[in-house]
Amino acid sequence: MGLFSRIKNMFKDTKNEDTREEMQKRIEDEEQLVAEEYDVDIENEDSIKQEKEKTTNVIEKSVDTKNLKGQEDGVVDVKKDVKVYEKGLTKSRQGFVSKLVSLTSKYDKITSDYFDELEEILIMADIGVNTVMSFIDRLKNRAKSENITDPSLLKEIIVDELFIIYVNDEVLSNKIQYNSDGPTVLLFIGVNGVGKTTTIGKLANKMKDEGKKVLLVGADTFRAGAVNQLKEWSEKVGVSFYGKEDSDPASVVYDGILKAKEDNIDVVLVDTAGRLQNKVNLMKELEKMNKVIDGLIEGGASETLLVIDATTGQNGISQAKAFKEITNITGIILTKLDGTAKGGIVLAIKEEVGIPVKYIGLGETKDDLQVFDIEKYIYGLFKDMM
Amino acid sequence: MFESLGDRLQNAIHKIKGYGKITEDNISDMMREIRLALLEADVNYTVVKEFTSKVKEKALGEEVISSINPGDLFVKIVKDELTELLGGDSEDLNLKGNPAILMMVGLQGSGKTTSIAKLSNFLRKKHSKKPLLVACDVYRPAAIDQLKQLGKQLNIEVYDEGKRNPVEIAKNAVCYAKENHYDYVLIDTAGRLHIDEGLMDELEDIRTSVEPQEILLVIDSMMGQDAINVITGFNDKLPLTGVVLTKLDGDTRGGVALSIRHLTHVPIKFIGVSEKMDGIDFFDPERMAGRILGMGDIVSLVEKATESIDEKEAEKAAKRMQQGKFDLEDFLSTMKQIKKLGPLENLIKLIPGAKKMGLTNVKVDPKQMAHIEAIVLSMTPKERRHPEIIKSSRKTRIASGSGTSVQEVNKLLQQFDQMKKMMRGVSNGNIKFPF
Repeated sequence: MGLFSRIKNMFKDTKNEDTREEMQKRIEDEEQLVAEEYDVDIENEDSIKQEKEKTTNVIEKSVDTKNLKGQEDGVVDVKKDVKVYEKGLTKSRQGFVSKLVSLTSKYDKITSDYFDELEEILIMADIGVNTVMSFIDRLKNRAKSENITDPSLLKEIIVDELFIIYVNDEVLSNKIQYNSDGPTVLLFIGVNGVGKTTTIGKLANKMKDEGKKVLLVGADTFRAGAVNQLKEWSEKVGVSFYGKEDSDPASVVYDGILKAKEDNIDVVLVDTAGRLQNKVNLMKELEKMNKVIDGLIEGGASETLLVIDATTGQNGISQAKAFKEITNITGIILTKLDGTAKGGIVLAIKEEVGIPVKYIGLGETKDDLQVFDIEKYIYGLFKDMM
Repeated sequence: MFESLGDRLQNAIHKIKGYGKITEDNISDMMREIRLALLEADVNYTVVKEFTSKVKEKALGEEVISSINPGDLFVKIVKDELTELLGGDSEDLNLKGNPAILMMVGLQGSGKTTSIAKLSNFLRKKHSKKPLLVACDVYRPAAIDQLKQLGKQLNIEVYDEGKRNPVEIAKNAVCYAKENHYDYVLIDTAGRLHIDEGLMDELEDIRTSVEPQEILLVIDSMMGQDAINVITGFNDKLPLTGVVLTKLDGDTRGGVALSIRHLTHVPIKFIGVSEKMDGIDFFDPERMAGRILGMGDIVSLVEKATESIDEKEAEKAAKRMQQGKFDLEDFLSTMKQIKKLGPLENLIKLIPGAKKMGLTNVKVDPKQMAHIEAIVLSMTPKERRHPEIIKSSRKTRIASGSGTSVQEVNKLLQQFDQMKKMMRGVSNGNIKFPF
């Protein structure tokens, strides 16, 4: 099965039986629509085709990875689904251009309550205000241009469009990049209290289970008790540890990596102090740590992971932007998703800053870390609504 | 980052300027801007809805042309409403009881341990009484160690029994405090989710066994829409007496403050404003309203300045400036004063309208300040009094003495010269400041 139909299946309880037919019909209608658009816009045909090919590539890749996961599916189904998804992608590019075209009063009246509710759900999930507003506008446009009045059909478009925000036209990987020669260094950064140290403990456990030799480096020399906190984690999980209180964090990183090289360590997880993104000196300190890593490891840190608390609101965007200016962030770890917070700000961060989520934290024990799955995540956002 | 409400309204106001009066029809753009500004500040969605309709009511019928700047009028309406909502009756801590018992609760990572240490320090200073810190976070690795280290820093005793039952620890701590004549007992608890029934029951057990006068919920000011679930979750289970809003030294708008007040009526008692142990302050509704709207905070600016600047020194400098006698000695002492105010970019943000002047992205490198200071310090007193005598050999000496280059020394001297010229202009009334 393709991405889209998998999502669709998640909502199957709320659907009646003839939905499948409706879907088919919609797909056909959309194909017609696409064809018409091509007629109208002959000059752009080539570019549209190119775009189509590009998106098909992306989709096929994503379908491939799904297949690798062991999903069985019919080829025909995949093609249909791919088409729907592809259509969505093309639309999104066009939609962004004309997203602010206001709706006719007629549509506003018919669906405004529905859209209000949708907006509330998205805002309450902490998806960025800008992201939501443009999303709603886009949706209104799509509903209008495709003549959709049935909310159940709109649901699918919502999921579709949210995918587009997140996936864009990139091939996203949740895999950690390992350094082929020498130790792989992962740097964990973020504001205060988001769960950097706990996340490292959990990831160390995961990597150790995968048979890797792990070293934890406690470079949070600022907060009282932070080095000991990481040390306790290393003992709990059974991996090596290096850390020193009251010294320069960059020097701790330096010594830690030297130790890793000596001991033939596979992965070095570096814990850093929490820093608010508007503190220039602390951001400089981070820059210095990066320089130290660059000096010791060819290509520098393999991954720089920004840890974000799921309860974070709009400030998450500012965090991502500020940290990205200083370091080359390769991914986000979204923590504390076991609470009631939805962590929707990651969608806005992906859209505005372009950083994908790699892991999510779901509790305080060493096993509470999971690879991020955008499908499950989006479904989770809407389970109250669908 | 985000546009301030004032800037947003300026754009919307253009559209209704021709109308003369604010009416149902032309208000919608304004309301949309207010709504977006509040949502971007993380004010709860339902609170925003209620709030905007209230503002709309107040604004309808107001004359647009009568005020010089209709946007300002609108902002004022919004700010006043916000202040009122945030304010209510401000309450002090209830410190009756012998000893007075305070308990900190909250989610993981909200800043309980740091806040409780700051608060103990604050209370000791303010009332000159003897506080005892109690370590009841037996779950997070090294949490006890963290509190102990902070206690050591502050020279405040920390009671702990290692990783035993927190309810027992709390009880024993209170007995210990009575025996040893402590005035305040401050209990640090483990971070927990409001939906974790087992751990919430534990808090309830601590509460019933030691009956604290104050139960303070610690809330991270960067929190988004979920804050309402957390606040009501804790408030339903425990009779909260106040909130401590932390990490306000970041660039978050802190709209969560509004949600707390509006939805629970629990007063915000303290705010955390730095990682240092004196970084705790009383909550001020008006300032918070300004912050949520991105309006700058001149009150904090003035307060900070009066706190840190030596008045006599400042007066002396001002006098010399007027007389055109300002030399590098004076410059050095002025610089030291400014340095006491903390990072300059934080100060700049407090200036109302800083955003409009394009000042919010100004980054001041503390190292550059240090370089300038080093250069001035490498001069002899005579050179500082008479910068004009500094010629090439002196410059080389100063450069090597301060670890900088001759070019940098030149630059500084040039800038100082310009500054002096400008000052003379100001005191003669020839130059007007651009603000």
